[in-house]
Amino acid sequence: MAGLTHASPSVETALAPASKKRRFSPGRDAIRRFLRHRLAAVSIVVLALLALAIVVGPWIWRVPINEIDFTARLAAPSWDHPFGTDDLGQDLLARMIYGGRISLAVGFAAMAVGLFVGVVIGAIAGNSKGPVDAALMWLTDLFLSLPQLPLLLLVIYLFRDLLKGLVGPEGGTFVLIVLVIGGFRWMPVARLVRAQFLSLREKEFVEAARALGASNFRLVARHILPNALGPVIVAGTIDVAAAIIAESTLSFLGLGFPPDIPTWGRLLFDAKDYLDIAPHWALFAGGAIFLTVIAINFIGDGLRDALDPRKVM
Amino acid sequence: MGNYLLRRLIVAVPSLLGISLILFVLLALAPGDPFGELASNPNIPPEVREALRVKFGMDDPIMVRYVRWLVAMIHGDWGFSFASRVNVDTLILQRIPATLYVVGTAQLLALIVAIPVGVLAARRPYSIFDQIANTFAFIGFSLPTFFTGLLLILIFSVNLGWLPFVYRADIQATGWMWWWENFKQAVMPVTVLGLYQAASYTRYVRSAVLDVIKLDYVTTARSKGLDESKVIVKHVVRNALIPVVTLVALQMPTVFGGAIVTEQIFRIPGIGSLLISAILANDTPVIMAVTFVFACLVVLFNLIADILYGWLDPRISFR
Amino acid sequence: MNERDLRSQIADVKTGRLSRREFVQRMIAVGLTAPMAGAMLAHSGVVQAAEPITYKPTKAGGGGPLKLLFWQAPTLLNPHFANGTKDQEASRLFYEPLAGWDADGNLVPILAAEIPSKENGLLAADGLSVTWKLKQGVKWHDGKPFTADDVIFNWEYSVNPDTAAVSVGSYRGIKSIDKIDDYTVKLNFKQPTPFWADPFVAAYGLVIPKHLFADYIGAKSREAPTNLKPVGTGPYVYVDFKPGDSIAAKRNPDYHQANRPYFDTVEVKGGGDAVSAARAVLQTGEYDYAYNLQVEDEILTKLEAGGQGRAQLTVTGHIEYIALNTTDPWTEVDGERSSVKTKHPFFTDPAVRKAINLLIDRASVQKFIYGRAGVATANFLNNPERFRSPNNKFEFSIEKANQILEEAGWKKNSSGIREKDGKPIKLVFQTSINAPRQKNQAIIKQAFQKAGIEVELKSVVASVFFSSDPANPDTYPHFYCDMEMYQTTMPQADPQFFMNQFTSWEVSTKENKWQGRNISRWRNKEYDETYKQASSELDPVKRAALFIKLNDLVVQDNYILPEINRRNCIGLKNGMVANKSGWDNDLWQIANWYRET
Repeated sequence: MAGLTHASPSVETALAPASKKRRFSPGRDAIRRFLRHRLAAVSIVVLALLALAIVVGPWIWRVPINEIDFTARLAAPSWDHPFGTDDLGQDLLARMIYGGRISLAVGFAAMAVGLFVGVVIGAIAGNSKGPVDAALMWLTDLFLSLPQLPLLLLVIYLFRDLLKGLVGPEGGTFVLIVLVIGGFRWMPVARLVRAQFLSLREKEFVEAARALGASNFRLVARHILPNALGPVIVAGTIDVAAAIIAESTLSFLGLGFPPDIPTWGRLLFDAKDYLDIAPHWALFAGGAIFLTVIAINFIGDGLRDALDPRKVM
Repeated sequence: MGNYLLRRLIVAVPSLLGISLILFVLLALAPGDPFGELASNPNIPPEVREALRVKFGMDDPIMVRYVRWLVAMIHGDWGFSFASRVNVDTLILQRIPATLYVVGTAQLLALIVAIPVGVLAARRPYSIFDQIANTFAFIGFSLPTFFTGLLLILIFSVNLGWLPFVYRADIQATGWMWWWENFKQAVMPVTVLGLYQAASYTRYVRSAVLDVIKLDYVTTARSKGLDESKVIVKHVVRNALIPVVTLVALQMPTVFGGAIVTEQIFRIPGIGSLLISAILANDTPVIMAVTFVFACLVVLFNLIADILYGWLDPRISFR
Repeated sequence: MNERDLRSQIADVKTGRLSRREFVQRMIAVGLTAPMAGAMLAHSGVVQAAEPITYKPTKAGGGGPLKLLFWQAPTLLNPHFANGTKDQEASRLFYEPLAGWDADGNLVPILAAEIPSKENGLLAADGLSVTWKLKQGVKWHDGKPFTADDVIFNWEYSVNPDTAAVSVGSYRGIKSIDKIDDYTVKLNFKQPTPFWADPFVAAYGLVIPKHLFADYIGAKSREAPTNLKPVGTGPYVYVDFKPGDSIAAKRNPDYHQANRPYFDTVEVKGGGDAVSAARAVLQTGEYDYAYNLQVEDEILTKLEAGGQGRAQLTVTGHIEYIALNTTDPWTEVDGERSSVKTKHPFFTDPAVRKAINLLIDRASVQKFIYGRAGVATANFLNNPERFRSPNNKFEFSIEKANQILEEAGWKKNSSGIREKDGKPIKLVFQTSINAPRQKNQAIIKQAFQKAGIEVELKSVVASVFFSSDPANPDTYPHFYCDMEMYQTTMPQADPQFFMNQFTSWEVSTKENKWQGRNISRWRNKEYDETYKQASSELDPVKRAALFIKLNDLVVQDNYILPEINRRNCIGLKNGMVANKSGWDNDLWQIANWYRET
C-alpha cells in the first residue's frame, strides 16, 4: 500500500527552486489561496473587530471595571449596562473589554510559546536518531507526567517575586502565565511533529532532496516541516481556547492576575454558580471565547489550505 | 524489532528513575504541608504538628527521603497517606474501578464519535456536514468542562429530574437495576468528558485525513476502480492514523489518571479526585504514587505509539 | 462591661427579668462563648436549663436511609486523628463523648450519667479535679461493656507523644485519672483548671474502646484496623468506609438511648463543592443533610426556592477579621520580614488605623456577601450603652476617614494618594482564595481608594495560605504584607486558647518557625498580664470579665479589625429534624435526628 505512494506534487515544487517560475512566490500564492477560503477571510475580519473592540473599547465605554453598585446587582442587560452586571453590580461590558485584552494576549502568546517549543523539540527528535531522540522524548514524557498543580504552586513560590521585580507586577504575571501555560502545552505538539517527521523523513521526496545534497536544516525547514503542519495548526488553534480557559484556573490558584482583574476565563468561572440565576453573566464571557475560538479555527483551516504544498488551486 | 523493543524497555528503567527523582524533589519543594488544617486550630499545640512531621519523616533531607521511598517502592510498599493514614495502594485500588469505567468509556465514546465524523468531514471539506461537525467541535473545546458539566446538571438533574448528579460507587441495587443505576449516573460525566475529548479528536482526524486524501496514491487507488469505502478505510484512514495514534497514546494514561474537574463536579470517586484532594491536603505519598504510576503509563504508551507507527507505516524504521 | 455589669445581668436572669437565651446572646456579642455564659450562670446558682431535645418517634428504626453529603470528604474515622471537622463529624456516627454542648452552651450528658457541678459534689472547689459518673449498661458495638477503663485509656492514648494524636491539647492538662469504680472516674488536673469540661467532652472527647486499641498505642497507632473500621458506642454501626469518598452504616440495635436511632441506615457521601452540595439538598432533595454550606446567601436563597429543603444557621464563635501588620513587611531584618524589631511605616499612626476601621463597610459585606451566614460583629465594646443596643451598626464613613487622615497630616499627592513625610499610604492586602473573600477585598479596595489609600490585592490558594510551612512566605503566619484577612475559628467552648493569639509570647517569628499564633505581632503588656490572670481565675464571672477586658484591649487599638461573626450553615431536607449546636459538631445529636412525616 505504502508502495503506491508516488511522489506528491510538493516534490516538483520542491525540486524546482532554481526555475524561473519563482516569480509566483509561495508567499503570495499562499495569500491568494487563503483569501479564497471565504470563512477564513471573514474570520480575520471578526478577530480584527474583536481586537479593535478591546483596544479602543475603554475610550468609548468609560465605565470603570470595579465600580461596585449594590443597587444593580446581577442586573440583566440594559442601556446602563449593555452586558448586565455581576453580583457586586460591576459593569460586565467594561469587564469584558478589559478582560478581553488579557485573555486574547494570553491565549495567543501561550499558543505561540507552546507551538514553538513543541515544533522545535518534535522536529529535532523526529529528525535525529538514537540518544538525542531518546533524550527529548524523555523530556516530553517527564513533562507529561508532572503533576501540574504542585508544580504551579512551586513556580509561583519560586518566581513570582523575582519576575515582579524584573518586569513589574502586571508584566511579571503576564510573562509567568504565558510561560506556564505554554510550558505545559507543548508536549502533544512535540509528539505529533515527531510522529509526522518519522513518517515523512522516509518519503521519496525527502530522499530525493537529500540525494540532491540539501542540507539537513534545509531539508527540515523546506521539505518536511511544511508537510507536517496540518496537526500543528490544529493543535495551535485548539491551544488558544485551552490557554484562555487555563488562565482562569491559574487565577483560581492565585497564580493569575490579582483577584480584582477580570479575564474572560475568570468571568466564566465566577458566573458558573449563577448560571440559573443570572445567565447573562456567563453568556457574554462564554460567547466571546466561543467567537474567538471559532474565528481562530477558521483562520487555521484557511492557513492550512494555503500553506499545504500539495494543494493545487 | 524484538531487539528494538528490548532496548527501549531497558532504557525505560533509568528514564523512569529519573522522572521519579524529579517528581519527588518537586513535590518536596512545593509549598504547603499536610498539617495546614491543624495549624489554624488553636486547640492543637504546635508540638503536635512538629511530632507529626518528625513521625512522618518530613524533616529529613530530600535525598534521604527519596532513597527511602525508592527502596520501599521496590519492595512493593507504596507508603501511607498522611491524611487518612491508609496504605496508598489500598486507596488507589479503591479508586480504579470508577475511573476506568467513567474515563475509559468517555475516551471510547470520543474515539467512536471522532473518527467517523472526522473522516466524513474531511471527505467533503466545507460541505454542510463538515460545517456542522466543525461548529460542534468548536463549541466542544471552547467551553470548559466545569461549565458544560454544570449546564447538564441544571438541565437533566434539576429541571428534568432524569439523572442523579451525585455519583455513588456503592449502589445497593442488584441485577439489572444495578446496571441501570450505574448507567444512569455515568451518562452525564461520560458525555461531558467524551464530547470535550471528541471535539479535539475530530479536528485532528479531519486534518490528518485531509493531508492524505489528495495524495496521488489515493487517486490511483480510486482510478483503479476500488470501492470508495475501501479506498477510505484501507488507504486513507490507515495513513492518516499516525497523528491519531499519537493523540490516543497521549490520552490513554489519563484513563488511569482520571479527570480532575469532571470527577469533582459529579463526585466520582476516581483517581483524579484522589489526586486533587491529596494535592490540596499536601498528602505527598499519595501524590507521588499516583503521578509515578501515571508517568509509567506515559512512558509505556509512548513506546506503544512508536511501535504502532512502524506497523502503520512500515517504512518507519526502528533504530 | 466589667465584673459588676456581668453580675447585675446574671441577677436579672435569676429574677427572670432577662431571659437565659438573651443573656447568652449578649455574652456572645462581647466575644465570649455560649458555654462560658452557661458556666457563669451555673456558677451563680442559675439552674442549668438544657432544653430537652425534641424527638418524636416512638420506636427505634423505621426511618429508612439517612443520606448525608459532605463536600469535604471524611478521610479517617479515628477521632484522635481527625484532621478537620469533616473527620470529627464522620466519627460522630460511631463514637460518643461523655457530654456535648448544646446551642445555648449547656452541657448535655451523652455517655455520662450526669453533669458534674458544685451542687452534686462532682466538681472540686479548688479546680484541681472533676469526677465523671458514667452511664451504665452502655455496650460497644461488639458487645463488650463500656467502663471507666475505656475512659482512662483514651487519656493515655492521646497524651502518648508517639501516638501523635491531635486531641492531645484537651488531655495534656490531666495529671492522673483515678478509677473510683467501674463507672466513676476522677480527673486530677496539673493546675487549677477553670475550664474542666474540655477532656472527654464534645469533638475531641469521643471515646474509643480500650480492648481494640490497647495494642496500638504509641508508634503503632497507625496500624490499628479499627482506625478504618470503627467500633464505638454510637447509634450507628460500621458497614463500609472508603476514605475520601463514602461511609455506610446501619442502625445499632443495642443503642443505649431508648427508641433511638430513627434511621435504619446512614449513607455518607463526600467530595465535590459546596454549591452543588447545597443543590443536592435544597433544590433536588437527593440528600437529607449537607455539611458546612459556605455558599453566597444569594445562591442559597434561590436554591431554597426549589422547595426541597432549607438552610439552617447556628451561631458560632468564628470571626472573619482583618489584621494590620504592626511590623514592617518590606524590610528584612536578620533573615525575616515583618520582624518585631521593625515598625510599620504608617500603621503606627493611630489616625491611619482609625480611618481604616471607618473604611470597612461591614454592613454591606454582611448584607451582600454573607447574608444570613454572617453578622457584622458588635465586638466594639466602648461602653455599656452600645452593648445594650445589640443592633448597633458599625460606622462606615468615607468622609470621616478622609477628615481624620487630613487632620493627621496625610495629604493627597499628585496621583491622589495620601502621603506624609514622603511616605504614601500604599498597601498590599492578602487573603486566601475563596469567593466571598475576594468580593470582600473588592469592596474594601474601593472604599480605600476613595479615601486616597492605594491597595494591591493578593490572594493565595488556601492550601498554601493556611499551611505551617516555614519556607513559604505566602502563609498567613508569615504575614509578609500590610494587611490580611481570614477567619479565626473558635473550635472550643472556652475562649482561653482562642485569646492567647494576642499575647506577646505567641508572636509569630522566624525563631519559632512562624508557629506562633500572634500573627499581627501586636504586643501589649496589660493584655499579657490580664491573660495570665484569666487563665488561673476560677470564678467564671470574674474570668468572663477578664476576657471581655482582653477583647476590648485588642479591638480598641484598631490593629485587629473584626468584621463578621460567621454562622455555621447546613442544608436540611424538608421534614428533617436535627438538633444543632454551634459549640459542638453538627452530628452531636445524630441519635436524635428524625424525619417528620
